[in-house]
Amino acid sequence: MALETIQIQEKLNQIFGENVSNYNQEKDIFSFEVTADTITSVILFLKNDPELRFHFLTDLCGVHYPDNEVNRQFVVVYHLHNWYENKRIKIKAFISGENPQINTISNIFLSSNWMERETFDFYGIDFIGHPQLKRILNMDEMISFPMRKEFPMEDSGRTDKDDRFFGRTTDNY
Amino acid sequence: MSELLLPPEHRYAKRIKEQQNEDGSELSILNLGPTHPATHGIFQNILLMDGERILEAEPTIGYIHRAFEKIAENRPFYQVTPLTDRMNYCSSPINNMGWWMTLEKLLDIEVPKRAQYLRVIVMELARIADHIICNSILGVDTGAYTGFLYVFQFREKIYEIYEEICGARLTTNMGRIGGFERDWSPEAFKKLDIFLAEFPAAWQEFENLFVRNRIFIDRTVNVGAISAEKAMAYGFTGPNLRGSGVDYDVRVAQPYSSYEDFDFIVPVGKSGDTYDRFCVRNAEVWESLSIIRQALDKMPEGNDFHADVPDYYLPPKEDVYTSMESLIYHFKIVMGEVPVPVAEIYHPVEGGNGELGFYLVTDGSRTAYRLHFRRPCFIYYQAYPEMIKGALLSDAIVILSSLNVIAGELDA
Repeated sequence: MALETIQIQEKLNQIFGENVSNYNQEKDIFSFEVTADTITSVILFLKNDPELRFHFLTDLCGVHYPDNEVNRQFVVVYHLHNWYENKRIKIKAFISGENPQINTISNIFLSSNWMERETFDFYGIDFIGHPQLKRILNMDEMISFPMRKEFPMEDSGRTDKDDRFFGRTTDNY
Repeated sequence: MSELLLPPEHRYAKRIKEQQNEDGSELSILNLGPTHPATHGIFQNILLMDGERILEAEPTIGYIHRAFEKIAENRPFYQVTPLTDRMNYCSSPINNMGWWMTLEKLLDIEVPKRAQYLRVIVMELARIADHIICNSILGVDTGAYTGFLYVFQFREKIYEIYEEICGARLTTNMGRIGGFERDWSPEAFKKLDIFLAEFPAAWQEFENLFVRNRIFIDRTVNVGAISAEKAMAYGFTGPNLRGSGVDYDVRVAQPYSSYEDFDFIVPVGKSGDTYDRFCVRNAEVWESLSIIRQALDKMPEGNDFHADVPDYYLPPKEDVYTSMESLIYHFKIVMGEVPVPVAEIYHPVEGGNGELGFYLVTDGSRTAYRLHFRRPCFIYYQAYPEMIKGALLSDAIVILSSLNVIAGELDA
């Protein structure tokens, strides 16, 4: 029998209660939010539970929402996949914008090692317990985190290019 | 010598100082890359060597990082396609189509069957081109140059087909939301037929040269083997995972663009060594050829090559110059003023190297709020230090080749 989303929801609800919330089906992916403190236990549970078997970490990345309240300014997004049942889920963990930290899952999924490094590199999210949390794509000397929304894409001092006229700014101003 | 290359506090430098071999020899450090002809791309590996054996490796990547994800947050959707080209530039049509399909999923656009089949054809051509490059260069790295010359002209033929379809060869920027920018010319189909007629013989010859070749077998069997469990833990997908015996293929697991209409098998290896990866890619080329033939046979009548979505699909140029409606649509699309829903989408396609995923977050504005590329190379390359541990230096080169690490995809 195929794995139904309601089963996942009930199981998680039973064990983690209020720590897992906001279940919804977004297009073809079932997704929910997890509090940052419980992320490792939830992912470990999803991986090892004999019925759920989310054994493959597809993707891990960060998103920055500077306009949110301070506790929800960064989100780490995990995509897990169960190949036996061919079921994908998306987990979001919101973390604080002032001191973004979350526990690492690199001891659960080896593949998350570099993905967490990449997220650290671009967003400055500290993955507590990561074996080698240092920059991966940018150079080590860099002090800013370039994927944060406040980081400008191009040198703001340039006057020869005005992106407003070419439909290239997000809002037209 | 090693002190010149590494700071003295580096752990390898320390280890060299501490380790006393009985015969008086000492460990050494070798910098493989950043620009080394045998690595086929720009990435550095600092190797700690005992004679010719690799004890440890430390990869450094990011030499051609071009901040695609940041650029994508500041450009309308159409201007993101050329960025996807430059990820896995050996099979850019797959990246392009993956991106269009992500947007079509976002906008709920149904692409006509014929356009889907055309996409399948071009994606399979891209896969063949990708595998030609990987396998023939693996041959070159093991010392067999001839096979490379036999099959590489067919990569050129594939590029000529791309040229007929979209005008470009390597970085194709092919397609539009909802289909293709123009219908395929009769010349494109003619070139495709010639390719289908001529390529199998060359590929068979290439296979014959390698598969039972004593030298090739000696160089590849049991070299860089990785077990299925390890491969999955490291996030392997695509031919590299299938070489270890796991039959996960996005085309089968989550069919897109009508892949469910075609009959093909997913070739798997057993031991996950370099030889198995080579054989899996070889077999996949045959499957791709069969898919292309099936697509041509089943191709629906008519000349649909795009969905009817005037809000997102650029109108023909003649109309832009003569009709008001078209001019308005043209202007709005080019300026990126078309509305998009607020949503979060993840769309995977089977790229040349594995699951290529697009995670797109939109906030209703003209650009992506966040676009993350799940790049298969980036994820599986982290297994490389473990795979080459204890191997000879020459094996490390062969393993790197067989993983088909493309620097563009690695660094994005």
